[in-house]
Amino acid sequence: MPEQARTSRGFGRVLVAVYAIFALSATARSGVQLATGFSDAPLAYLLSGLAAVVYVVATIALARGAERTAVAAIGVEAAGVLGVGLLSVMQGALFADATVWSDFGRGYGYVPLVLPAVGLWWLRRVTHRSAT
Amino acid sequence: MTHEVAYTLAIAALLPAAGAAWLAVRGHQVTDALFYAVSVIEVALLVQLVGGCIALARTDRDVDGVTFVSYLVTVVLVPPAAFLWGVAEKSRWGTGVLVVGMLTVSVLCVRILDIWTSGHA
Repeated sequence: MPEQARTSRGFGRVLVAVYAIFALSATARSGVQLATGFSDAPLAYLLSGLAAVVYVVATIALARGAERTAVAAIGVEAAGVLGVGLLSVMQGALFADATVWSDFGRGYGYVPLVLPAVGLWWLRRVTHRSAT
Repeated sequence: MTHEVAYTLAIAALLPAAGAAWLAVRGHQVTDALFYAVSVIEVALLVQLVGGCIALARTDRDVDGVTFVSYLVTVVLVPPAAFLWGVAEKSRWGTGVLVVGMLTVSVLCVRILDIWTSGHA
């Protein structure tokens, strides 16, 4: 790329790094889960797969400056962590195994809960700054 | 023995993380000293990769070998990736990328120990 996208400059540089780590770990986790025992916990493993796709899309979109795609991916991420977090706390029996988003991301130091809020804040800031 | 290696690496990786955090707060770009500190960690991680593979071949415990080696390889890739991504940003945030990278290395080293001791991911 000749020049950096505005979403991956400045603080965005750190944000993309954090998203990349989650993309990598969610992909690895769901790859292993889907390959070794899909029938053990189909709902949890499908959600792990969805989480992996969302993190990969968000990482690439932020890195390349695809702002609308980034907003959509991070929106799905926010809905996912809140929805799955709530369901896993209220109806734990639905999930035979943990996902990245279970218990609001407790297994990952609650970073999955904070990350979409930070991501949306950053995208809003980037787009607003250019408008003025 | 393995515990000492894993914890030493996990704590050692926190040193450049703390140094990078200090530089980032003060608004500095990535410095030469930080580059050398990260390089030292990288060499230690390469030694861990080789040592871990030898230990895996010799052990009679029930370790999930594929997961163990994939973590050993992943952790080696993190510092160069963080450095390349971070150095392109000529501001404190480039240094911030190294903070994230080194914290990740630290967490991964503890996870590697978990995999070694429990036998599962």
